[in-house]
This record gives sequence, structure tokens and C-alpha cells, in this order.
Amino acid sequence: MEIIVLLKQVPATESLIRIDDDGASIKTDDIKWVVNPYDEFAVEEALRIKEAHGGSVTIVSVGPEKASEAIRTALAMGADKGVLITDPGVSDFDSLIVSRILAGALKEIPFDLIIAGHRSVDKDNSQVGPATAELLNIPHISMVIKQDITDSKIRCHKTVEGGTVVLEMSLPALITTQRGLNEPRYASLPGIMKAKKKPIDVKTIMDSGFDGDPIGESMVKTIVMKPPRERKDGIMIKGDSNLAKAAELVRILHEEAKVL
Amino acid sequence: MAQDVLAIAEQTNGVFRKVTYEVLSESRRIADSLDCDLTALVMGSNMENVSKELGQYGADNIIVAENPALYEHVADAYTNVIADFVIKEAPAVVVIGATTHGKDVSARLAARLNAPLAMDCVAIRFDEKGLIASRQMYGGKVLTDVLLEGSPQIIALRPNAMAIANVERASSIEKVDVNVGKTNVQFIEKRLDTTKVELTEADSIVTGGRGMGGADFSLIEALAKLLDGAVGASRSAVDEGWRPSSDQVGQTGKVVSPNLYIACGVSGAIQHLAGMSSSKVIVAINKDPDAPIFSKADYGIEGDLFEILPLIIEEVKKIKGEN
Ligand SMILES: Cc1cc2nc3c(=O)[nH]c(=O)nc-3n(C[C@H](O)[C@H](O)[C@H](O)COP(=O)(O)OP(=O)(O)OC[C@H]3O[C@@H](n4cnc5c(N)ncnc54)[C@H](O)[C@@H]3O)c2cc1C
Ligand SMILES: Nc1ncnc2c1ncn2[C@@H]1O[C@H](COP(=O)(O)O)[C@@H](O)[C@H]1O
Repeated sequence: MEIIVLLKQVPATESLIRIDDDGASIKTDDIKWVVNPYDEFAVEEALRIKEAHGGSVTIVSVGPEKASEAIRTALAMGADKGVLITDPGVSDFDSLIVSRILAGALKEIPFDLIIAGHRSVDKDNSQVGPATAELLNIPHISMVIKQDITDSKIRCHKTVEGGTVVLEMSLPALITTQRGLNEPRYASLPGIMKAKKKPIDVKTIMDSGFDGDPIGESMVKTIVMKPPRERKDGIMIKGDSNLAKAAELVRILHEEAKVL
Repeated sequence: MAQDVLAIAEQTNGVFRKVTYEVLSESRRIADSLDCDLTALVMGSNMENVSKELGQYGADNIIVAENPALYEHVADAYTNVIADFVIKEAPAVVVIGATTHGKDVSARLAARLNAPLAMDCVAIRFDEKGLIASRQMYGGKVLTDVLLEGSPQIIALRPNAMAIANVERASSIEKVDVNVGKTNVQFIEKRLDTTKVELTEADSIVTGGRGMGGADFSLIEALAKLLDGAVGASRSAVDEGWRPSSDQVGQTGKVVSPNLYIACGVSGAIQHLAGMSSSKVIVAINKDPDAPIFSKADYGIEGDLFEILPLIIEEVKKIKGEN
């Protein structure tokens, strides 16, 4: 079983996100970078499938050179090798361009299964997994919380509004991960040592198998980034007793906020 | 319908999801701004009768694409049908709900048509550049306005973010047989709990965190029920095994935007805020006056949730009784 994990390096959620002076990007100087949490589920699931069925796990990422750190983390968890496709303009690419680059690279790497995250916690787009599958002309199942592979078919439980659905497709195929699928392992010390010797193939877009020439312009253009609406200083409900506080809250929600 | 607006309706078990009315209403506003017609595309099996009501939400034309294979949500079948329709009719804008299914379909559709897609939008406006979609990024820490260059412009709307408006149109309804084409994903079964209000569609959510101290969520459930709302949980409450992971709100859980979000015994970790910061009104109940959740809440009560929740429940009952 040849398994590919699509992995993205993202700012740690604790990082303070500051909008840059251009008003359309974020300041990256003091951000801590981590593996996208949904992609950790993807790495873990890939390792479990490899443990059960044999084969290898390859991490593929499109990102700046620094993203090799995130690949290295996945290698320390147990993945076999990494591919980093890098370009100076990468942070401006929209999801479709990233998907085209990934699909191009994956035409050169044999695979049975691709695992991506349900969403990246920076762009929050939920796009790259299904779009990459579409460009590779393979089926996908998203938001998977359980999977079984038998006879080159994968059967998945996915979460939907109000419950779960069971779907099946033939490999090669792509799935996206959701919390509930697994608990990602931590990289062990020997794992970290071993990862140092594992190969990461760093490529430019043009030698990664990308056949669109040129890459094309992003069709989704960021015009402006703003901080979210400030909640006007939260009101602490005062009162002599819990009863008075509860009554005052309900009155406000009913009469002023009009949400009751 | 060249250069019109196309709204994609979503049904489950033959019943429209709430997001369908939001998609129609917002599409009507977009069509008015562009001064064009609005076509609603319904996909499913035996949908003709229920589809008429979409005229009340501003559809000028209603197309019902019938095929038993569309009864269940299989992303590739839906993508085939919508893509064929878009290629034939060339709408300027395609609007869809960013539900689990809508996200799958819109992402595949954008890739197939080489068209721009703004996912999970919370607002749409027009300026001299054209249609501008606002979407949250970085777990709600940034609101980004994007311009879509290319055609059609595909917009997936976050459920619960847009207002539903009744705009009666004398709409035409047309049933068409469609070829779903080759589908590579096979539906096996589904398990839906129809008694439960879906978090992403709920008007009100009452969430319990580690402060619940155990799996007894009866107070949370009672208040949620009274509000016709849903029960949410922090990741800690899920990790403790008190709630199923489908209740989790946050960065690795559901992203919700109800009118009212009541967080009880939740500290307000950044990963939790990432899932609920677009709620319209946020209430926090916590015994720690320094809990970070208070700085993100519109209204806070400092105190023990086990004492305060029963009192709130009684007060809400009084109001509900009055009406
Ligand atoms: C990669 C990653 C992803 C994550 N994703 C999510 C996510 O999706 N969703 C999520 O929620 N978290 C997520 N977390 C976890 C998050 O960081 C916090 O640990 C979690 O949200 C804390 O849950 P809590 O507020 O219920 O518990 P705590 O932080 O322990 O807070 C409990 C609160 O209850 C209050 N309390 C206790 N007893 C009472 C009482 N009787 N009455 C009133 N108040 C009381 C306390 O004062 C305290 O403020 C994630 C973490 C990581 C690292
Ligand atoms: N630059 C990238 N490189 C590799 N994988 C990516 C990249 N961007 C997104 N992905 C994958 O696609 C998933 C969804 O990302 P997004 O569409 O940005 O929300 C992520 O969890 C990754 O698995």
C-alpha cells in the first residue's frame, strides 16, 4: 500500500496573528509553525494503514523551505520520506493552484491512497483534498472517522450533519480526516533521530511534474484582511444573588439582544 | 440563464436543509445587485412538489433534476450534474451551502471548471470591483475579503451566517431528467439522529466544558431543549468521554454561528474560540472571574453553573410562558 499524506505547515493556534502593513497578508516574523492538526490525523492514519497492510508513507507538501520542518515532524512520527515543492510565491497561491501543483507531483509518484486533512487551520478552506482528487480523476470521501481497506476497496464512515454515512470506493482514492479518526502519536526520541536520515526531496514547481505552464494567477484574490468584529466590552451581569443575575441575563437576552 | 445566478438547493431525505433557504435568500440579494434572474437547482428524487416553495425565497426559475441516484449525497454524482448544468447554462455566480456535502461538491466543481471558489463565506457585498466575499481565516482571528476572478464565481455560504428573507416570485418550475454519469463512490448506509438539532444549523447552542465535572449534562440538555437548540461540548468534555465527538465545537470540531451561544464551564481556549467566535451573541458562565472566555463574551455571569443554570432555565420558562 503506497500512501501519500498531503501535509501543510500552519501557524500554531496560540500564535498571535497580526495583519501586515499591506493589509492583505499576515506578519510572519514571530509565528510558531506546526503541522496542521488535521494533517497529524492523516499521518497517524497512514502509519496505521502501513502497519496493517505494509507499504510506505510519503509526505507531500507545497510550501516555503521552512515547511521541511513540518515534513520532518511527520518523518519522526514514522513516515518514510518527504517531498517538498517550494516556490517563493507560495503563500499567495489560492487553493486551486496548490491542488494543481499537488496533482502534478502525484502523477509522478505511484500511490494507492492519498490522505489529506479536512481543512487547514490557516486558510480554513476545506478545498485542497477534494480538488486534488478531482484533478487526479480519482474519487474521494471527506471527514472520515473510520476506514477499512479490503481487496483494493476502502469503506469509510464519515460525519455529516446529524450523523454518519458509510461510503465505499475503489483505490486509488483520497480521503480527508476528521477528529475522531485517531489520536496522533508523538514523535519518539529514536523516531526523531531516525528522521534526520530520512530523505526529503526538495523540488521547484517546474521540476515537480507540474504540467500547467505557466502556473497561472490565483483566481481568489485577497483584497483586505481585517480583525474580526470586536465584541463591545463584554458586560458582566451584576446582581445581589444568583437569582438576580440569572433573571437579569434572561431579561437582557429577551428584551435587548432579542435572541430569546 | 446565461450570466444569471444559480443557487444549489440541498435536501436530506427529501426535505430541504435550512441552509437552502439561506442560499436562496442571499442569491436573491446577489441577483438583485447584478440585476439578473435567479435559478434554483434542486437535485434528488421526487422533489418536484416540495420544490415549489423555493419561489417564496426569490427563485425566478426552479429546475428539479430528478434521479434516484441523487437521493443520497454522493459528491461525484452531484458534481457531474452541476458541472453539466453550469457548462450548458453559463451562470455568472453559483451559490451553494458550505455544508459537509456542499464543501465536497464546490471544491470538486471549482477544480473541474477551473473556476474561483470562496469557501465558507459569512458575508457578501458589492463594490466597484464587483462581488466581494468575506470569510474567516486563522480560526476566526482574521476576516478576509476576497475577489473572485474567473467564471463562474462559486460561493459557498457558511450555514447560519445569512439571513433568510421571504421574497415571493412567480417562479416557473421545470423537471429535468439527468444523467448522473460515472460515480465512483458507492453509498452503503447512513445513521442520522433526526431528533437531535444539528449544531451547525442551530439558532441556539448551550455548551458544556470540563466545568461540568462529569457526564451528567442534564442541565445543559434541559436549557438547549427549552431553546430548541443544540448541545455543544469543549474538547475536554469530549476527551473525558462525557460527550460524543460530534458535539465538539472548535478548531478540530464544528464551526458554528448560532444567534445565541451559551458556554458553561468552558475556559475559552483559543482552539475553542476558533469554532464559535462568529456566533452572534455569546454568553459565558464560569466560576473563575479571570477565565479568558469572558473577554470574548457579550454577557458573562461569574458563578457556579450548577446553581445558575437551573435559575436561568426557570427564568426562560417564564418568558416562554408569557409568549
Ligand atoms: C491541536 C488542538 C486542537 C484543539 N481543538 C479543540 C477544539 O476543537 N475544541 C475545544 O474546545 N478545544 C480544543 N482544544 C483544546 C483546548 O486547548 C482546551 O484544552 C479546551 O478547550 C479546554 O476545555 P474546557 O474549557 O472545557 O476546560 P478547561 O480549560 O479545564 O476549563 C474549565 C472551566 O470550567 C470552569 N468551571 C469549573 N467548574 C465550574 C463550575 N462549577 N461552574 C462554572 N464554571 C466552572 C473553570 O473555571 C474553567 O474555566 C485543542 C487543543 C489542541 C492542542
Ligand atoms: N500547501 C499544501 N501542501 C500540502 N497539502 C496541503 C496544502 N494546502 C492544503 N493541503 C492539504 O489539504 C487539506 C485542506 O486544506 P485547505 O483546503 O487549505 O483547507 C490540508 O489539511 C492538507 O492535507
